[in-house]
Amino acid sequence: MIEIEHVSKNFDGVTVVDDVSMEIADGEIVVIVGTSGSGKTTLLRMINRLIEPSAGRIAIDGADTLSVPAHQLRRQIGYVIQGHGLFPHRSVGENIGTVPKLLGWEKARIAARTDELMTLFQLDPAQFRDRLPAELSGGQQQRVGVARALAAAPKLLLMDEPFGALDPIIRAKAQDDLKAIQRRLKTTIVLVTHDMNEAIGLGDRIAVMDRGKVLQYDTPERIVVRPATEFVGELLGSGERPFRLLSFRPIRDFVEAGPAEGAPIAETTTLLAALEEALWTGRDALPVADASGRITGRVTLATAVRQAARPR
Amino acid sequence: MSLAPSTIDAQDGFFGRLDRLGVLIAVLLVAGMAIPFANSRANRIVPGTATPFFDALPLAAALPLAGLLVAVAVLALVRSPARLRMLASLVALGGLAIGLGIAADGLTPAGDRVARVAPAGGFWLLMLAFSLMASDAVARLRLRPWPRMGLLAVVVAAVVAILLSGLWNEVSVLREYANRADGFWREAGVHVLLALGSLAAATVIGIPVGILCNRVPRLRAAIINTLNAVQTIPSIALFGLLIAPLAWVGANIPGASALGIAGIGIAPAMLALFLYSLLPVVANTVAGLAGVPESAEEAARGMGMTDRERLLEVDLPLAFPVILTGIRIVLVQNIGLATIAALIGGGGFGVFVFQGVGQTAMDLVLLGAVPTVALAFAAAVVLDAFVELATPGVGR
Repeated sequence: MIEIEHVSKNFDGVTVVDDVSMEIADGEIVVIVGTSGSGKTTLLRMINRLIEPSAGRIAIDGADTLSVPAHQLRRQIGYVIQGHGLFPHRSVGENIGTVPKLLGWEKARIAARTDELMTLFQLDPAQFRDRLPAELSGGQQQRVGVARALAAAPKLLLMDEPFGALDPIIRAKAQDDLKAIQRRLKTTIVLVTHDMNEAIGLGDRIAVMDRGKVLQYDTPERIVVRPATEFVGELLGSGERPFRLLSFRPIRDFVEAGPAEGAPIAETTTLLAALEEALWTGRDALPVADASGRITGRVTLATAVRQAARPR
Repeated sequence: MSLAPSTIDAQDGFFGRLDRLGVLIAVLLVAGMAIPFANSRANRIVPGTATPFFDALPLAAALPLAGLLVAVAVLALVRSPARLRMLASLVALGGLAIGLGIAADGLTPAGDRVARVAPAGGFWLLMLAFSLMASDAVARLRLRPWPRMGLLAVVVAAVVAILLSGLWNEVSVLREYANRADGFWREAGVHVLLALGSLAAATVIGIPVGILCNRVPRLRAAIINTLNAVQTIPSIALFGLLIAPLAWVGANIPGASALGIAGIGIAPAMLALFLYSLLPVVANTVAGLAGVPESAEEAARGMGMTDRERLLEVDLPLAFPVILTGIRIVLVQNIGLATIAALIGGGGFGVFVFQGVGQTAMDLVLLGAVPTVALAFAAAVVLDAFVELATPGVGR
């Protein structure tokens, strides 16, 4: 668990982070979202002490981050930055092995760990181990950057706009991959982004920051339904809110008995997909199928429209 | 429509298909054959008789050599493969080298030890023509660093073989050498010591100073400007300026004179070369460190590297090719500049140059100048190759 208690940061008299307190539970993905200058990156960088707080306390698993030298603290925490920051003079394998080498692992153990991570990130070790970063595509470089951050199996991973340099299609895939790997490794992730879609897609909880303050720290659904301030609402984009709401609702919870024609929709998808499909094919109701393909009932257009309304 | 290729050929015309550098080489060949090839004199300082190519060489040697040169020039004129051009130009240069030896042999009266036969304009022009062709071919081949150094080794071996074979023994420069063989190697040692010693000192001092400049921006301008100012002092003036303080140090600091520190001699020469060397080393260290990607720096810090680890594992390796470029500049510059050290008794190849100038004996000047140029050229080739090997993604 990470406890951030009344943390502030001033640069030359300007308050960049203003009395922020929040708790991050183990195994959670917390996304800090805000516009540029909101203090989100400063807050992130105070966790691994790339920036030292002016006031307040940050503790990881109960231990104050000031209790160990900064470089030792950072070796326990994964760190991924925008534009990956790979070392251009070192091979992919050497890049991934950076932190284990700093920690003094044996060569054989580093090699085994490097290969394991490359496989996890769908990079064939034999093919990529000895290549230089410049020989890789943008998406591959980004994956190496994340693999490098995870090399020493840190319990906490900090990510600063990790997908910012990727084009939209590769970005979506990278986000899905990250989520899948996080579910598997149970790593706690704190991720900074300016993209609300990314925050809603990835975050278990989202902290919305503006001018150094955390305006709201809550689940994506509650942020969409009950934005704490007008600014949070604006950040969400008012025209998209009903659809974001539907994207939190699995079809499974809204199946009813009754007739429906045409191709079935999977119960694991959300009401947003059902709405799209119903509108596009001109149907009032869609048959719902479970994982084995058995029809369990139907979901109606009316249900989707009703669920898109702001809860009272 | 099979017209297309021939149409283009027709538009291109005969001259359009010629290699442009080849045209220059052909012109140089004609000029080189027309003006004197060798210059023979009764002794080292009297004016000599200029002898054109066909008079300088016996017909049995002149005809095959002329044929070879013309054939190679034709190869240069047409668009031939780079590998063939390189090989042909090297053969032509070898032929010229042998031709010079034969000419010197033939033009020297039997048993005469004071007569001098020196290469003249024609020889130099022909050398220039085929050296151009060779360097152009090497550039076109885009040789990797190791083959380039291999080629240099082959050329050096060939020159050494010619020198050892005695083929050039009658050539004037080697006559000068024969008179001063001991002195030549002593001065060669001093010359290399001056160039490499000042370079080593500048590297040992300059790289830390460059790192300091990178870390403390306020120092950067002051240090770089001071070194820039040093660089603008003419070398002879700098030697002069150093005489008084070093003489004082030698006279007043115990043990200094035992180390050879004095107003004249090798100490001021070494110090001056060191001062000239600092700017390229410091400036390139600063530039190299400034070129390290910010994201790599940030990642290194974020992953928990200490300042020292970051410097040794990220900053210096990434800056290394640029620093090495600075060292290359310094080495080539110092090999040339070290000739001036002779003016203040510092020794080196400059001794022969200045003696030669004083005695109006061009052969003696060449005895100092040719090894200097060769040394600088070889250093440039080797260090260029090292720079390329050190650059990630190029050397591998």
